[in-house]
This record gives sequence, C-alpha cells and structure tokens, in this order.
Amino acid sequence: MRTITYRQALNEAFDEEIQRDPNVFLIGEEVAEYDGAYKVTQGLWKKHGDKRVVDSPISESGFIGMAVGASMLGLRPVCELMFWSFYTVAWDQIANNAGMVRYMSGGLINCPIVIRGPANGGTNVGATHSHTPENIMATIPGLKVVCPATARDAKGLMKTAIRDNDPVMFMENTMLYGLEGEVPDPADGDFTIPLGVADLKREGGDVSLIAHGRSVLIALEAAEILSAEHGIECDVLDLRSIRPLDEEAILETVAKTSRVVLVDENKPFCGVSAQIAALIQEKAFDDLDAPVQRVCSIDAPAIYSPPVEKEQLPTARRVIDKVLSII
Amino acid sequence: MPVLAESTTDFSKTEINAALTAEQKRHLLRDMIRIREFETGAFEQYQKKKMGGFLHLYIGQEAVAVGSVSLMGDNDHVITAYRDHGHALAVGMGMDECMAELFGKRTGCSKGKGGSMHFFAPDKNYWGGHGIVGGQTPLGLGLAFGLKYKGLKGCSMCFLGDGAVNQGAYHESLNLAGLWDLPVIYVIENNGYSMGTSQKRSSAFNTCLAERAAGYGIIWDVVRNGSDLYEVREVVGRAVERAHAESRPTVLEISTYRYEGHSVADAKHNKQTLQEGYRTKDEIEHYRKNFDPIGNFSEKLIQEGVTTEEEIKEIRKAAVAETRASVTFADQSAFPTAEDLLTDVYSEVDHNTLAGRTGRHFFND
Repeated sequence: MRTITYRQALNEAFDEEIQRDPNVFLIGEEVAEYDGAYKVTQGLWKKHGDKRVVDSPISESGFIGMAVGASMLGLRPVCELMFWSFYTVAWDQIANNAGMVRYMSGGLINCPIVIRGPANGGTNVGATHSHTPENIMATIPGLKVVCPATARDAKGLMKTAIRDNDPVMFMENTMLYGLEGEVPDPADGDFTIPLGVADLKREGGDVSLIAHGRSVLIALEAAEILSAEHGIECDVLDLRSIRPLDEEAILETVAKTSRVVLVDENKPFCGVSAQIAALIQEKAFDDLDAPVQRVCSIDAPAIYSPPVEKEQLPTARRVIDKVLSII
Repeated sequence: MPVLAESTTDFSKTEINAALTAEQKRHLLRDMIRIREFETGAFEQYQKKKMGGFLHLYIGQEAVAVGSVSLMGDNDHVITAYRDHGHALAVGMGMDECMAELFGKRTGCSKGKGGSMHFFAPDKNYWGGHGIVGGQTPLGLGLAFGLKYKGLKGCSMCFLGDGAVNQGAYHESLNLAGLWDLPVIYVIENNGYSMGTSQKRSSAFNTCLAERAAGYGIIWDVVRNGSDLYEVREVVGRAVERAHAESRPTVLEISTYRYEGHSVADAKHNKQTLQEGYRTKDEIEHYRKNFDPIGNFSEKLIQEGVTTEEEIKEIRKAAVAETRASVTFADQSAFPTAEDLLTDVYSEVDHNTLAGRTGRHFFND
C-alpha cells in the first residue's frame, strides 16, 4: 500500500470532500493563500478558489460563530483553529452555540460543523499554545471528539467527520503531521472510518495500554521495549474517537489482560483517562487483577524549557515503569 | 434615559409605507397587540409560578420586531437575543407553542428544552432566541454568509440590545461583515439599559452606539422614535434593500423603551426615586404615555380611517382570548419525561443512523 504523511492524508480528505459536496468549505487563519500555518491545506485554495477555501482574520469567536450560523442553513464548514489552544477565545460559540443549539431548539436545528487543528504539547511553544482540550470538548453533550494517531485514521475519520450531521471537534497533532503511514489509494474507492470505533494497534495478552492521539505511539514504543526487554506482551488500543467512545473494545481488552495502563496527554485531573478509568472500574471490576494505572502529562501548565517539556508529556519510560509496577 | 424623540417626518407617506394596504396595516397593529397581550398573560402566569427561570418581557418595544419582520421575504432571516417572544410571534409562531415552552411542556416550540430565552422556528426563518449577550451576533453573520454562499438574494436581521454592543463577538462580527460584504443587518434595540446599567454608565460613544460601525466601513442609521412602526419600517427597509441589492451590511440603532424590568426578577426597576432603583416611575410613565408603539400606531390608523376604536377593542379582545387559550393549552400539555433528556442532543442518534448506533454517545449508568 502507498504511504503518505498524516498532513497529506488530511489534505486529501479535504480535497475529496470539497469535490464531493458543494456545501463543504474550509475556513481559518492562513488556510488559503498562505497554504496553512502547518501546510495541512496546501494547494487547496489554488485548486478550489476563494469560495471553498476562505482566509479568516484572527477572530476565532467571529469566524467559528459565523460558521455555526452558516451550518444551521445547511453548509458544512470545516474550521481550522491554528492551534486548538485557541478554543478559549471561541468557547461560547463552540459550547453554547455549536454544542447546544440542537437541544435548545428541540431538535429543529442541526450544526454539521467540523472544528479542527493541532492539539498537543511537545513543541516548546509554552503553556498558551500547548493545550489538549479533548476532555473539555467531550464534557459537552452535543459535541463529538476525534483524535487520530495515524495518517490512515486521520483521513478516514476526517471524511466521516465532515459528513456527520453533528458538530465534530477534530484534534490533530503538529508532531504527527510529518509522519508517514499507509493510506488506501483514492483509486481504490471512497475510504472512511466510522466515529466510535477503536483500533487495536498491537496485540498481546499481558497488559492493556489504552491511548488516543500521539500517546498511542508512545504506548506502541513502550510495548516494543516491554516485549524485547521484559517479555511482556501488550494490547495497544487506540480509542481514535473520544465521543462517541468504543466501550466494547475497552472492555474486551480489559477482559483479556486484566491489567490496564491508560496513556493520555491530558492532565490527570478530569482528563480523558479519568473517564476511562471510571468506566473500567464500573463495568469490569471483576476482570481486574491490579488497579488501573495512568500515565498523563505532569499536572502543571506546559513548560517551555525543551528538555523538561519532553518529560512533562507521557514517555515510554513512564509507561514501562507503570506496567512493571502492576505485573 | 433613552432619547426617543417624536418624528419630525411623517413616515406614513414614504414609499415603503404608502404601499401598505389597509388590511396589512390592521394586521401590523394586530401583531403588536398580540405580543402585548401574550406577554401580559405570560407575566400573570409567571406570578402564579407556572414557569421557572427568567422571563424577559418585550412590552414597549413591539414596533421594532413587528416593523422589521414585516419587511421579510422568503430568503430573509431573523435571529435575536433572550428577549425573544416578540420576534417569535412576529414571524408567525403560534401562542400555544410559545406559552407551552414557557411552561416547560412537551408541546412547546423547543419541546420544553429551551425555555423563555430559546424560542426557535427555522421553518419561519427564525433562528432563536439566544441566552448569552452578543453570542448570537456571529450566528446572524453566518446566516448572511450562508445566503451569499448559496447565491440567494436575502438578508439576516440580527437583533441585539444596547448592552451587547460591548461584547467582543459583536465587534468581530462587524469586522467580518464589513470585510466580506455580508448581507447582515444588526439592529440594536436600544432601550437605554443593559440590565440595570444605563447606557451612559456602560458604553463609550460619540453620538450614538450605531456610529461605531463607521470604524468598520459599515453604513449605519438610527430610528429616533422606535415606537413609530412607520419609521422603523422605513429605516429597516432601506437596510434590507441595501442587503438585497448590494449584499452589504448595515448597523441600525432603534431607540425604544421597555416598560418592565430587565427580567421579571428585576426588583429595582420601578421605584419612586433614582436612589432606590435605576429608573423612576415617572420615567416609565413618560414613555408609556408618549411613546407607546400600540397607542401611537392605533392613533395613526384611526386618523387614516383604516380602523376604529371599536375595531381595535375587538382586536384586543381576540388577542386576550387567544392568550387565555394558550394558557389552557399549556396547562393541559404534558411535561417532557426523563427519557426526553437524551433526545435532540445528537442528530445521528435521534435518526438512528449507523453513525448514531456506533460507539457510546452518553455516559450515564
């Protein structure tokens, strides 16, 4: 199978969806003429023009709220936040308008919008630019949240997100944009991945590592080392989608291994992994042979100092230590 | 204190108003009276504890919604803030579904899930009903963007209060509207008070609030007497024409007055002296007497020979009866059930699509 980067995979998804549906358009800061701050939308403005790829001024509340309003009329805006960290200045529009308008109207209004962009630490841009708000988005009933870890998942999930009739918060990662992975050729047909289906990215019977986003790669790295150096085999379950959540896949791997380490770039307090841990203790208590363990970002604002920031995020070393502590 | 002033022009003679038939004029008067009676009835029911939460009454401002909405064509849309009952009835929503919504009943326009501040009727191009001050201003812009994107000749009338002009979302919206020539009309209903804070104590401005639009290259205009339905129609009509013909935005400021408090929970709005509250009984009485939109329009139509005192009494009687019937309807309707909590959250779940059936969407037991 051909390999392309995570960035190219997203670009391909936009290109295909723009061509498929005249209501789909991209909007965001620097997405058009500049080709995207992270080049995710490269070439699309040249190909599709001003109407379908729209440069917005730096007004996240204004253009995201505008996109929500346009989606009520049936358009399908795909909004780029240059960093997901900037959700804070658009929060009223995301939570109260995108998230609540269907409910408050008794189901009369839909909001088929996608809000996307990178949500990660690890690039030494300090606390304001390193937020991972998937837990915050997922706490709003009405919003959906997706965090792909690979190029294949990025493309398949993005195409599904754009076609979904509910607002989807799509979290990418600047550290993944350049990574290559196998993605089906468009010549072989339309490729989509449903929301709410996790993916078992490695199989092993001893311990379950459950993660989403880039933490999946950390978990896979740890699993390699555990296998080579300790003879411990891990299931690595990639949640891919936080809400809807593939509960069955979680319970299945827990039933299989009886030991769980959750790997999560969120801060520990009310992070996604806190919800997963609650779910496991509630539904799979009898399957467990050890307490559920977590590896999260260290509970402080994101530090700038490059070598220390590496340690603040989940590392394979910390995952391995947690696994060894419960074996 | 707002600055409503008697019109020096007779706006009944302008082209847009001269074109109205006698029947249309009676209809406009009837619409204002229906809003007044509906809200008077709702206030009574609020006092009887038939509803919870807030109730922001529009009484005194009726000419703004009715005058503006009367100019709407098929591709014109309306969105407003939380003082939304007047606009709802003006676009043609029924009293039954509105009263039932206030009562929190399943037969309400939002199935009892929205409440007073969140009325919607997308089939009538009415997009709410929004609770956060200024939060609807980007949405109104989005309706205009959608119209332009689809190549439709229409406009989005986005109503906001004088307090909302100080929210960032509004200014971001103005910049985008001016930048992209979007057919949105921001109608500032200036009733003089953002809750209990007078305009003087809340807004920095030169001559008026609408003038801020000039900084964004947007044409602006004012209605000095928002109790004159003819003046409202004339000024809003020019903005609608601009939006339709040139796809350009407008900011309008309409001086108006609310007789009741910011919401009915507003105990300090109606006192003898300013030391006790933020406005005096005398001030309220001044506006009731001199700037009542219904009284004003009734007088004009009688003078024009379009209607009579008798006929107006009949209109009022019918509106009272309609309101009473809506109270009975709301009373007799059922509340939503606990199961209803989980519908209307996700479209895909409600429609039981493959996407709606895949993965866990709710995290209850």
